[in-house]
Amino acid sequence: MGRIVLEQVTKSFGDVTVIPPLDLTIEDGEFTVFVGPSGCGKSTLLRLIAGLEDVTSGAIRIDGTDATSIPPAKRGLAMVFQSYALYPHMTVRKNIAFPLRMAGMDKAEQDRRVEQAADVLNLTDYLDRRPGQLSGGQRQRVAIGRAIVREPSAFLFDEPLSNLDAALRVGMRLEISEMHNRLKTTMIYVTHDQVEAMTMADKIVVLHAGRIEQVGSPLELYRAPKNTFVAGFIGSPKMNLITGAAARQHDAHTIGIRPEHMSVSASEGTWSGVVGVSEHLGSDTFFHVHDTGLAETITVRVDGEISFKHGDRIYLTPRADVIHRFDDKGDRLS
Amino acid sequence: MATKASRSAARLMLAPAVILLLGWMLVPLTMTLIFSFQRYLPLRGGFQGWIGFENYTRFVTSSAFWPSVQATLFIVGGVLLITVMLGILLAILLDQPMWGQGIVRILVIAPFFVMPTVSGLVWKNMFMDPNNGLLSHLWRFFGADPIIWLSDASMASIILIVSWQWLPFATLILLTAIQSLDSEQIEAAEMDGASALSRFWHIILPHLARAITIVILIQTIFLLAIFAEIFVTTQGSFGTRTLTYLIYQRVLESQNVGLGSAGGIYAVILANIFALFLMRIVGKNLDR
Repeated sequence: MGRIVLEQVTKSFGDVTVIPPLDLTIEDGEFTVFVGPSGCGKSTLLRLIAGLEDVTSGAIRIDGTDATSIPPAKRGLAMVFQSYALYPHMTVRKNIAFPLRMAGMDKAEQDRRVEQAADVLNLTDYLDRRPGQLSGGQRQRVAIGRAIVREPSAFLFDEPLSNLDAALRVGMRLEISEMHNRLKTTMIYVTHDQVEAMTMADKIVVLHAGRIEQVGSPLELYRAPKNTFVAGFIGSPKMNLITGAAARQHDAHTIGIRPEHMSVSASEGTWSGVVGVSEHLGSDTFFHVHDTGLAETITVRVDGEISFKHGDRIYLTPRADVIHRFDDKGDRLS
Repeated sequence: MATKASRSAARLMLAPAVILLLGWMLVPLTMTLIFSFQRYLPLRGGFQGWIGFENYTRFVTSSAFWPSVQATLFIVGGVLLITVMLGILLAILLDQPMWGQGIVRILVIAPFFVMPTVSGLVWKNMFMDPNNGLLSHLWRFFGADPIIWLSDASMASIILIVSWQWLPFATLILLTAIQSLDSEQIEAAEMDGASALSRFWHIILPHLARAITIVILIQTIFLLAIFAEIFVTTQGSFGTRTLTYLIYQRVLESQNVGLGSAGGIYAVILANIFALFLMRIVGKNLDR
């Protein structure tokens, strides 16, 4: 069980309000990702849920009970830290067993649970090593192991993959997703990487300056961003946000078109422009198109086989059914 | 220093310093060694011939020798125990955010800047004096008979004075060590259900192990040679005659340079045994 409800939660450090009043419900078994640019308060929010920071006002309920003033250890949550926070002087076995030992569990049961966790995480061969002798990915797994053995009602991850190299990150992403499918425990995952958010989440919470901009499934956020911030943050490469005359034609202050929702032609289209930088990924190619008569540089995503060179003139046509319209405050117009 | 030329240039430039240091160390050591095999009494006939190991046997068989070794070890051990334990406590307290942190930290370090002779005299005359000392006033205030510190509790007094001097050093090193502890580790332990006491025992103390061994190593080397504090207070009486003080008495009070030199060589050997032993521990701790 692990249903977490935040009611009118605020957090200030001195005079600085980091999180203005905020309501959020995380359902049992849900994989929720807090995503936002650095400094948006997502880590603070996670630490409030963990109990490592005290809320300034408001209430946090875990499974219906008011956990606002319960100390972190008693909330039944387990956390995986960005720096892994392994205890360097203890072996992997002792690291994983530490929460059990603190709970006063008997030795045999401790061993059984540690072996089980190590087996799941492929750490059996490393149980007697120290964290200093492990690679980044292995340390990450030990940190997860230490969280699993407690059998918490929810897992909290604070940017757990940001210290890993790109290839390992993709692998660990899969492992964490698989772990979630297997354990079906509530997980809250903080990241600044929208790709991690899109690939892993059941529910994404987009945060900006402590406020929740939008809550929804990855595809909801992709298809119908509530405002220009979410529109620009979710999706890679970024959505093209166009203001001015082109937007007014659609009765909007700003229109947004995703790079993948435009067709490219060498002869005709709505806008014409000159190819600047082109980024070849093999499967796809991104063209940055200048001099279209619009104020913004347009990014367009096309099939990897299409090749235009720097300085070529091309024509772009947006797909009319996927043009997002926003008003002058940046909010979505239906 | 990648190339051969730059390596030899480096050696050349290091040479003066190395030679100076070597001379500085070797000349006194060699002279002590030479004196230790002589019967040499500067005020009673000077050099009176080579006598082999007689000084060495005389020094060890003297009734003052073993008590002096014992006193030395007792003082070193006592001071280490007090400074390390209080040092850890103070370091943890000073690590907490508080008002006036900068000033408090400077005040804590202050005793280290006081010269040993001065601190010995201050303690002797202002705190431990049986008539006018602060401590005796304190005792009288509570209606107790003042302790005559330097004669009745001589060893404890010396340990107190020296601990007061070395506590800042231990605190400073341990404080920097505590500050280098990753705060996420403490938070992780907190999430794992460790109480404040178990966090200290399982996380902070192991983290400090390295710093503690370094404090012990450095302090031991200096504490084996404490002299001024004893010289200005008990003058080696009431069981506070350390090995260093015994050697001083043999050379300057008995005017027996040969005998004192033999004692000096014993002190060097003792210090080296300690250093070797401690270096092993430190080495093991630094391996991780």
